[in-house]
Amino acid sequence: MKALDRMLFADARRMWRQGIAISTLLGCGIAVFVMSGSTMRSLEASRRQYYSQGRFGDVFVSLVRAPNRLANRVEAIPDVQRVQTRIVRDVLLDVPNMVEPASCRLVSIEADPERSMNRVFLRRGRYPKTSGRVEVIASELFAEAHGLVPGDHMDAIMGGRRERLHIVGIGLSPEFVYVVQPGLLVTDDRRYGVMWMPRRQMASAFNMEGAFNDLSVQLRPRASTENVMQRLDALTRPFGGTDSFDREDQQSHRRVADEIHQMSTMAYVTPSIFLAVSAFLFNIVFSRLVHQQKEQIATLRAFGYLPREIGLHYVKLVALLVGVGAVVGLAGGIWLSDWMLDQYARFFRFPTMHRLFSFGSATIAIGSGLVVALLGTYSAIRRATQLVPAEAMRPEAPRDYRGLLSERFGISRWMSPITGMIVRRLETNRRATALSVLGMALGLAVLVLGSFMEDTVDYVIDAEFQRSQRQDVMLTFVEAESASALHDAKHLPGVTAAESFRAVPVRLVSGRKSYRTAIMGLESDPKLFRVLDDQQRPISLPPRGGLTISEKLAEILQTRPGQMLTVEILEGDRMTRQVPVAKVFPNFTEPTVYLNRIELHQLLREGEKLSGVYLSVAPGQIEPMYREIKQTPSVAGVMDKNAAMNNFREMVSESTSVMRTVNAIFATMIAFGVIYNCSMIILAERARDLATLRVMGFTRHEAARVLLGEIAVITLLAIPVGLPFGYGFAYLTTLLLDTETHRFPLIIQPSTYAYSTMVILIASAVSCLYVRRLVNDLEMISVLKVKE
Amino acid sequence: MQTADQPVCEIGSIRFHWSVTCTAEGAEAPLASRHPAGKVCWRPLGIDFEPVHNMNETATARECVFHADAITKVYQMGEVQVHALRGIDIEFYAGEFIVILGASGSGKSTLLNILGGLDVPTTGRVRFRDQELTGADEDELTWFRRKHVGFIFQFYNLISSLTAQENVALVADIARDPMEPAEALRLVGLHDRRDHYPSQLSGGEQQRVAIARAIGKRPDVLLCDEPTGALDVKTGTVVLDAIDRINRQLGTLTAVITHNATIADMAHRVIVLSDGRIAEIRENRTRKNASELVW
Repeated sequence: MKALDRMLFADARRMWRQGIAISTLLGCGIAVFVMSGSTMRSLEASRRQYYSQGRFGDVFVSLVRAPNRLANRVEAIPDVQRVQTRIVRDVLLDVPNMVEPASCRLVSIEADPERSMNRVFLRRGRYPKTSGRVEVIASELFAEAHGLVPGDHMDAIMGGRRERLHIVGIGLSPEFVYVVQPGLLVTDDRRYGVMWMPRRQMASAFNMEGAFNDLSVQLRPRASTENVMQRLDALTRPFGGTDSFDREDQQSHRRVADEIHQMSTMAYVTPSIFLAVSAFLFNIVFSRLVHQQKEQIATLRAFGYLPREIGLHYVKLVALLVGVGAVVGLAGGIWLSDWMLDQYARFFRFPTMHRLFSFGSATIAIGSGLVVALLGTYSAIRRATQLVPAEAMRPEAPRDYRGLLSERFGISRWMSPITGMIVRRLETNRRATALSVLGMALGLAVLVLGSFMEDTVDYVIDAEFQRSQRQDVMLTFVEAESASALHDAKHLPGVTAAESFRAVPVRLVSGRKSYRTAIMGLESDPKLFRVLDDQQRPISLPPRGGLTISEKLAEILQTRPGQMLTVEILEGDRMTRQVPVAKVFPNFTEPTVYLNRIELHQLLREGEKLSGVYLSVAPGQIEPMYREIKQTPSVAGVMDKNAAMNNFREMVSESTSVMRTVNAIFATMIAFGVIYNCSMIILAERARDLATLRVMGFTRHEAARVLLGEIAVITLLAIPVGLPFGYGFAYLTTLLLDTETHRFPLIIQPSTYAYSTMVILIASAVSCLYVRRLVNDLEMISVLKVKE
Repeated sequence: MQTADQPVCEIGSIRFHWSVTCTAEGAEAPLASRHPAGKVCWRPLGIDFEPVHNMNETATARECVFHADAITKVYQMGEVQVHALRGIDIEFYAGEFIVILGASGSGKSTLLNILGGLDVPTTGRVRFRDQELTGADEDELTWFRRKHVGFIFQFYNLISSLTAQENVALVADIARDPMEPAEALRLVGLHDRRDHYPSQLSGGEQQRVAIARAIGKRPDVLLCDEPTGALDVKTGTVVLDAIDRINRQLGTLTAVITHNATIADMAHRVIVLSDGRIAEIRENRTRKNASELVW
C-alpha cells in the first residue's frame, strides 16, 4: 500500500464517527431508492408472471344476457386468441357474527378451471364439484378476514332464494389482485369478497342457462386492442353489452398500476432530501478537513507530490465514505423492500410474490450518491490541490472578526462574551451555518412531509363521509326498480329518511377526450347524499340544470361549465345525447358526474327507475333493518357508511402512521447527523477556546454553552426555513400522488407543524446531550500547549 | 513604563511603600487593589500604596498558599511510563514571585498544572491554604481554579472572536468579586485597545490581554507557563513587567515557568527542577525589574 493510501485509512479512522454519520445519511437515501426500485421490480415481475400463468384477459365486456353461441362469433374476430364467457353477479352474504350483510361477487368457473382464462389459483382445499350441494372457492383475503377455511359455509341471497354456500377451497385470481366494492375508496375484505362457483349451478340459480353476462378476451401478441374492442362492441351491444374496456380500465389492474406509479414517483422525494443533506455535510466536513490538514498537504507538496495526487487522495476518501454508505444503503434497501412487499401482500395478493433486487436502482442510487458527494466536496478538494506550500506552512493569524453585521448594527454591545462567541462564529462561518440550517430544515421538512397525510386523510374523511354523505346505508338493486322501491325502503324497520338514485354507465366525450364512468341521478336538493362545492356548500341539481362534474373529470375531459359534453349511454338503447356542464366541484376519489334524476330519466327516455336508495336509520334500529335486508332478493349490495368510514380510516391511518414513524426516524437521523457534524467541527475549531474557558474556571456545563448555543441557534433558524420547505414538499407530493382514482387536497394543520417542530427540537436536544459529553472529555492541557 | 518603589513604613510582616507608576499615557494606576489576605488598600491616583511581604522573614511567619508534599506524577505514554515528578516537597507563600527553571521534561509544567488544579498528582498531597486538592474531583478543581487561580500560557489562548475587553469580561462573568475589565486592561496598559480583536493586536499585546484576563477575577495565584516563550526580547520585557507589577501592586502569588534563566533575577525565590526533582532553591537578596534584565 502506498504511503498516501495508508494516510487515507488513518484519516478515515480518525474521523470514523463523522464518517459513519454522513455515510448513514447517504445510505438512507440509497436505501429508500433501492427499496422503491426493488419493490417495483418485484411487484411488476410478480404481476407479470401472475397475469401470464393465470391467462389474464386483455379486453373485458359485461352484458345483460347473451347466448353462449355469441362466443364463437367473438372468437372469429381477427387477433382474438381466446374467449371466456362467464356469469358474474353481486350477491348479499349473511356472514355469521356480522350485523350488516357482506357483499360478494360470484364468478362462474368452468369444469376445468386450471386451463381457463382468468384462472383461479387454488391456495387451499379443492375445486368445487358441479353437482349436489353448492360448493365455492372463496377469495383468500376475504377468507382471511373472516377466518374461513375449507369446510365452512355461509348463506347467500341468490336469485331471490337463500342458498347455503359450502367453501371447499381458498383461491386467487389475476382479475382480483386488489378487490374494491364498487363505490368504495379502499378495499374492505370483511365486507366484500369474491367467490367462484361452478357455472352450471350459477346458471340455474340466476336463470342464465345457455347464456352469459361477462366476457373476457385474450389477444394475440401485437394485436390492435382498439380494433378488437370496436368489433367486440358491435357484437355485444345487441345483448346489453356496456362498452368493452382493456386492462387500463380494469379495476384491479388499475389500482395495482396506480400503486406502482405512486411508488415510482415517491422514490425520488425522500432520497433527494437525504442526498442533499449528505452533500451539505460532505461540504462542511471536507472544508474543515482540508483546512486542518493544510500543513500536511503543504509538506506533501513540498516533497514533490503533484496537485492531482493530493486531489485523488481526497477523492478516494470521498469514495470510501460513499462506499460505506452504499453498503448501508444496499443492506437497508433490501430489508426495506422485503418489509414493503409484506405490507403490500395485505392488499395485493399474488400466488408467488417475487423478491427481486433492482440492480438498475442500486447503480443509479450509488452513482448519484458519489456524484453528490463529489459536488459537495469539490470546492474543498480544489482548495487542497491549489494550496501554495510556503503559504500553507506559515502559522495562521487569528481570524479577523471586524465588520460583522452584529458589530455594525451595534448588537454586540448588548451581548455577553459567550453570546458574542456564538454569534460571531456563526456569522463568520456563514456558509457552514447556512448549510447546517438548511440540513436541519430538510429534516424538519421530512417530518412535515411524513405527517401531513394524516391531516389530508382526516379532511377527506370529513368531507366525504361526514359532510357529503349523511346517509347511514346505501342499497343497490340487482336491476333498476320502479318508484315503489323507494316506498318499500322507507318502510324498512328504523328508516327515518330515504332518497333514491339512478346510476347509468356512460361514456363522456369532449372533443378527442373521453371517459367511461356512470352518471348518478340524484334529487334536486339531496338531503342524504350531497354534492358539495369548494366552500363545502351543497350544490343543488335542478331539472334541466345540466351535469355537475368533479374537477378531476373536468381535467380529463378538458371541459368547463357552459361547454357541451357528448353522453353516450352504455345500456338500453345506447343513445347519444348532448348535455351541458353546469358546475364543477372538488372531490378526492374517482371522477364522478351527477345529474338531476328526473333529467336523467328523460335522457334515458324511461319512467322512474331506481338503481338504489340512500337510507337514514334511527339509532339502534340498524340491526333489525339489516335482518330484513338479508331477506330481500332485489338488493345486490349494501354499503354501511360508518363501516366504510372506519375501514377507510383504519386502512389509511395504519399506513400513514407507519409513514409518520419512518419519517420521524429519518428526520431524527438527519437532525442527529447535522448536529453531530456541526458539533465536531465547532469542537475542532473551538477546542482551544473551550479548553481556555475550562482552565479559567468555567464548569463543563458553562463551557458547553458555547457549543450548545450554536446548535440551538442553528436549530431555531432551521424552523422558519424548514416549515415552508415541508409545505413545498407536501404540495409536490400531492401533485405526484394525483392519479385518476385518488386526489389528495393539500391540508396541513397547525398541529402537524407543531408536532414536526417538537420532534426536531427533541432530536436536537438528545443530540446535544451526546455532544456535551465531547466537551466533558476535552483534554485541557494538551490543547492549550500547542500553537494553533 | 517604569515603576519606582519608596518604602514608607512597616506593620508586622507587611511593609507599606509608595509606588509611582508612570506609563506612556501618563500617570495611571489602579484605584483599588487588594491585600493578599483580602483587605482592600486605598491609595491616591497615580501613587501606589502597596503592601509587600518581607520575603526574607522566616517561612513560619508567612502565609503558606500552596503546600506540596512528596508529589509524584507518572504518565502512561503508550507502553512507556513517564515519571514527570519524582517526589516534590515545596511551599509557596502569599505575595511571592517565584520563577521555576528547568530543562524540557524536567517536570515544571506538570508541577504548575498540579498546583493550578489542571492535573492531579499520582501520589503525594497538595493543599491550597486549608483546602485539600489531593483527591478533589473535576468539579471541585474547576471551582478551585475559578475562585483562586489565574493562568497565563505561552500561546496566549485568547478567544479570537472576542475583543480584548470581552476576553477579560469572560472571567468577570464567573468571578465573585471581579475587577472591571477596563481596569484590568488599564493595569496592563491596554485600556485604549480594549475594543480590538486579537487579530488586531501584536503578540505582546495579546499576552498582556491574557494577563489582564487572568487577573480580572483578582486571583490568589497567578500561574504563568512560559509567558514570554513566543515573544521577542522587547515585547517579552513589557509582558514580564506587567506580571511583575501585578505581583507588586496586588500582592498576587506569582509563579513563572521559564527556560530563560535571566528571568530568575526578578523572583523572590527560584526553584530549579531537574528530572522531576527539585535540584535547587535559592532566594534573591535583591530583585531586578523586568527592564533591567538582559537576554
